[in-house]
Amino acid sequence: MITAGIDCGAKNVKVVILNDGKVASKATAPAGIDTASAAEKAYDDALKAAGCGREAVVKIIATGSGKNEPRFKNDIVTEVGADARGIHFTSPNVRTVIDVGAEEGRAIKVDENGKVVDFAVNEKCAAGAGAFTEAMARALEIPLEEFGPFSLTSTQEVPMNAQCAVFAESEVVSLVHRKIPKQDIARAIHNAIADRITSMVRMVGITPEVALIGGVANNVGFVVSLKEDLELDLMIPEDREYIGAIGAACIAAGSQ
Amino acid sequence: MAEVQKGKEYWRWTESRWTSPDMDWKSGGIISAGVDVGSVSTQAVVMVDGKLYCYANMRTGSDSPESANNAMKWALEGTGLSRDKIHATVGTGYGRVNVPFATKAITEIACHARGGNFMYGPQVRTILDMGGQDCKAIRCDEKGKVTAFLMNDKCAAGTGRGMEVFSDLLGVHINDVGAMSLQVAEEPPPVSSTCVVFAKSEASGLLRQGWPKEKVLAAYCSAMAHRIVTLLERIGVEKEFAITGGISKNVGVVSRLSKELSVTPLKTDLDPQIAGAIGGALFAKALYEKKGK
Repeated sequence: MITAGIDCGAKNVKVVILNDGKVASKATAPAGIDTASAAEKAYDDALKAAGCGREAVVKIIATGSGKNEPRFKNDIVTEVGADARGIHFTSPNVRTVIDVGAEEGRAIKVDENGKVVDFAVNEKCAAGAGAFTEAMARALEIPLEEFGPFSLTSTQEVPMNAQCAVFAESEVVSLVHRKIPKQDIARAIHNAIADRITSMVRMVGITPEVALIGGVANNVGFVVSLKEDLELDLMIPEDREYIGAIGAACIAAGSQ
Repeated sequence: MAEVQKGKEYWRWTESRWTSPDMDWKSGGIISAGVDVGSVSTQAVVMVDGKLYCYANMRTGSDSPESANNAMKWALEGTGLSRDKIHATVGTGYGRVNVPFATKAITEIACHARGGNFMYGPQVRTILDMGGQDCKAIRCDEKGKVTAFLMNDKCAAGTGRGMEVFSDLLGVHINDVGAMSLQVAEEPPPVSSTCVVFAKSEASGLLRQGWPKEKVLAAYCSAMAHRIVTLLERIGVEKEFAITGGISKNVGVVSRLSKELSVTPLKTDLDPQIAGAIGGALFAKALYEKKGK
């Protein structure tokens, strides 16, 4: 049986094709201004990679903030439900999932069956999402992909007072004017977002094993700060950006 | 899509200064001053015997002491009065401890209540101060004493900074955004994102859908008004009601806020941004009098 999971995030659309309980293919496309078309493209790419046509797919479930956009979906599930099911599929020992995306962050407590026990979400404030690091990298004029590694070259701690991304941007500019080394500012920025995520995770409690997923899990600077804050090791699955899509595809398979 | 000119300073609001045409500082009265160093603007007010003599309202620079000095210098310009003749000065606002020539620093909450009482009269019970990087709702008694307050200084939503981001995005001067937002035949639904960063992306999406700038501004002004109403409702609005701070000059926000609250804010002929500094000058006068006794 072939099913598909489409995770329409704020920044990227992720598609997973699941065939008889195995991931057959994955594909991604930037969401851009037209999520529906991006989903269409990523879906076609994934089908091509899996070597099957649209007619072979029995059910397609969408998730993510743009889950209503894909025209070809059969159903939708919440991001929290999809993450929980997805992590159970890839890493069944995980009890706490931290998902940090471009514009949202969530912490989910899951049981041994992949059922959601509790969760906390931030979708209102950029300070606890990838948008924060992105805005700060722009303010410091450092390419986003170099931002994390660059922050690890810091040698001293600099306090950052602002929480709000808009205010933090002004603070970063004034720190630059005060000739504070950029790597130290970068470190402070990663500590700040890790702080925000940590307070959110504490709302649901921290039960090991703890997994970190979502696009921001690719940022080593953030990962180091979060580990320090939580005082524990984080499991980062290989498919960190596809967990929601995997979960949606699993839920599609389970409903058949 | 709306055309946006890069590099223009759409945020640059108009500075102001004023001297009383019929007062003389040489009259022998107590000369007191208040300096309110905010995150975006700095005001210096000089009073003679508790009457407004002159003031200046200008942008805060990167250095607080220098901003305080500059504002005071501008306020005194052409008056013949010099700083050493001022009997007492109170520093207030975000940078209150950085007013080098201040006798004392007093919180902006206390100063706003006191200044609001002077500007709008003793009937004022609720003062909303909408500043550059924060927003305060203050309840006070007939003497201008604070009875309760609430403040947001953590989030740019509902502050002047949020409005600047929109002014820049749309390429509309900050002085004009309010009036422009009222040029819509029908009120659009408010921008749904709270966070200014997300609201900005949402607005870009609306522009791409072909929304005119007026409509986008209307959607943002009403979102901001709604956010401030939520803050006010937590503390309760008792009449009379007055609005101070830079955003009080934005008719788009003020009219929507008044409508949602069903309360008409009091009017003043003075610059509504100087309330804190006036409060400071009044406290300075009281300090001097107390010391003299």
